[in-house]
Amino acid sequence: MKQISLYRRHKAAGPLLLIIALLGIGTTFNIASATMKAPSNTFDRSAAIEEGKQIFLKGCSSCHGINAIGGAIAPSLIGVGAASVDFQVGTGRMPMADMNTQAMRKKPVYNEKEVAALAAYIASLAPGPAVPTDAVLNYERDGNTAEGGQLFRNNCAMCHNFAGQGGALTQGKYAPTLMGVEPKYIYEALITGPQSMPVFSDKTITPAEKLSIIKWIKAAEAEPNLGGATMGRIGPVSEGLVVWILGLGLLIAIAVWLTTRAR
Amino acid sequence: MTTTEKRLGAAANFVDERLGAAGWMKKSLNKVFPDHWSFMLGEICMYSFVILLLSGTFLTLWFDPSQRDVIYEGVYAPLKGLKMSAAYASTLDISFEVRGGLLMRQIHHWAANIFMAAIVAHLLRVFFTGAFRKPREFNWILGIILLTLGFLEGLFGYSLPDDLLSGVGLRITSAIVQAFPVIGSYFSFFLFGGAFPGVGFIPRMFTIHVLLLPGAFLAVITIHVMLVWYQKHTQFPGAGRTEKNVVGHPILPVYMAKAGGFFFIVFGVTAFLGAVASINPIWLYGPYTPGQISAGSQPDWYMGWLDGLVRMAPPLETHAFGHTISWNILIPALIVPGIIFTLMAFYPFIESWITGDKREHHLLDRPRNVPNRTALGAMSITFVLIALINGGNDILATNFHMSINQIMWFSRIAIFILPPIAFIITKRLCLSLQRSDRDLVLHGRETGRLVRMPSGEFVEIHEPISAEKRWILTSHEQRAPLELPPVDARGVKRQQALKNKLRVRLSKAHSVAVPKVSAAELKEIEQH
Repeated sequence: MKQISLYRRHKAAGPLLLIIALLGIGTTFNIASATMKAPSNTFDRSAAIEEGKQIFLKGCSSCHGINAIGGAIAPSLIGVGAASVDFQVGTGRMPMADMNTQAMRKKPVYNEKEVAALAAYIASLAPGPAVPTDAVLNYERDGNTAEGGQLFRNNCAMCHNFAGQGGALTQGKYAPTLMGVEPKYIYEALITGPQSMPVFSDKTITPAEKLSIIKWIKAAEAEPNLGGATMGRIGPVSEGLVVWILGLGLLIAIAVWLTTRAR
Repeated sequence: MTTTEKRLGAAANFVDERLGAAGWMKKSLNKVFPDHWSFMLGEICMYSFVILLLSGTFLTLWFDPSQRDVIYEGVYAPLKGLKMSAAYASTLDISFEVRGGLLMRQIHHWAANIFMAAIVAHLLRVFFTGAFRKPREFNWILGIILLTLGFLEGLFGYSLPDDLLSGVGLRITSAIVQAFPVIGSYFSFFLFGGAFPGVGFIPRMFTIHVLLLPGAFLAVITIHVMLVWYQKHTQFPGAGRTEKNVVGHPILPVYMAKAGGFFFIVFGVTAFLGAVASINPIWLYGPYTPGQISAGSQPDWYMGWLDGLVRMAPPLETHAFGHTISWNILIPALIVPGIIFTLMAFYPFIESWITGDKREHHLLDRPRNVPNRTALGAMSITFVLIALINGGNDILATNFHMSINQIMWFSRIAIFILPPIAFIITKRLCLSLQRSDRDLVLHGRETGRLVRMPSGEFVEIHEPISAEKRWILTSHEQRAPLELPPVDARGVKRQQALKNKLRVRLSKAHSVAVPKVSAAELKEIEQH
């Protein structure tokens, strides 16, 4: 304490205290306002729907039609549900940049609040799968890794590869990598079946099983490289490249060296 | 004599009196081996085989070759409690619970891949330099047998752990077996001990993989190496090298030291790969069940071209007399490789039939001096490479954002078009290189020094090349094409006119060359 009191008359003491105080107030306000935002009453919901409608008219209606009934180049959105909107817009797939093959994950155009508003608007048109809440998504508690692995290999690996690295589909379409995908989006993809993916309804794969799959994917993601460098976990193709370039290449280089020294 | 020398002498005498080995040893230890890096490719094959034997023996101590169901209770959590075969469970145990097990598994697998790569590189060296010519045709065929054995041994090894990837490989194997007309399905039942996947295949495969095939390998490798020993190694043309001698180092001490050291280098590189790079992470694939498959399921690289051929085959099937003939498997997986391997095995005889050359050859060809053979090799490599690329079409499609269908159509067309183009380009290249050799001999090396003559003319100074180099560039033989006129010297009509016509045509194509510098030409230019 004596040490600190020695510096209390230092010329930097005043500004430093001010910065600490400002940071403290800011953080407190931020936390308080975040907890205040959560409740959504009917009034908030109808406001969100209205906001979502405005965003939709500006950003989506040129392809999906004024009332989301679809058009020549885009499907109807009646009944796709909030989960679908959250997945497609939240991962940046919609609005689509290139319509040639399939929508790819990119930086989202809309922020979280705008996505929620859009989802509320689409959900208000007709009932559909809702965005899973954090309580539903507690895969750490409700999932089983080994069972998830079995389910993954049964249902997902044929497109997404044995380690969730993604794979090729026909005509340039592809199953994207699952590494680094948020649990919420994996769950939403399962219940809405975006792009070429089939819908895995709760009858096919129960919610608990879905969480097991997510838990297995997260385990695969976190798994250390047990055998050394993985070369992308895509199987023997990269291994073959390594053998020819690093293995035999190195050995031939050494053979050349051994025989030149002899002269 | 020192005491050590006395003792060694006594020991050697003891052995010699009983085995009479002194004469043989003296002859053998003075044997000379020529020195060139490409002659060490075969050594890489042999050393990787030794590594395979050692690491493989280690793995058999823990591997349980059984398709019996077990519940996995090992340390790898993501698979805990799953039902799997004992083969897969024991491979997991080798990977995670046996000390050094994962390293040994990875060394074994990398060594297998290096083994096959070195065999292919060795084969290409022997082909392009004409080392297969008389008297070494048998050794060439033994080499082809070793390559074929390597395919089988690799396939079985890949299939033993019974993980999802190896199961898929077996599925395709069973499909290929079934594609044999008429006997196919019976043969498959016999092999797998029932309908796929059966219960008998893994134990059977294990015995073949660790006993029969390694035994066959050992026998064939021994004959292969003994023939090299007996027939002596070939050498590249050079000063003092003739068809009747071998220029190089005696086996003791130089060659032995180098070869012994090289073994440890090969072992070192393999162990290094095994330590730093993951290969076949079977725990990620999961246990095999026939209902599952992973995207991007591939065979190891040496089978990749066969997979690629199957992938590009159009779906053709014939139903006749209660049998189905799957042309889409039969042609790319059995007929085409059958033709390729037969032609490859008989190539030495085919070439000597074309050239009519029945003499012994111990001096190697420079690939450019036999344009037709070199072009044929380039054509075959192109064919296999296109097939190999198509074997990885899904991986290419995802990593380079291409359409898998486009890659497939590219391969379907390219496999017919690109190999002939490669043939023509290579032949032209060889002839151009011959032309440049001719220039080099006649006008010497371009020094890049420009000199201005008194008349104002600029000329580049050419330096004559050394006599040794000139010998290398001109010592090869340029044979005239065969002539088989329809009526022979005695006025008798020759039999088999059509066959002779073909032979003459091929011979003509084979002997296309830029005429090499003759002694007269060299003399003439020297007088300038």
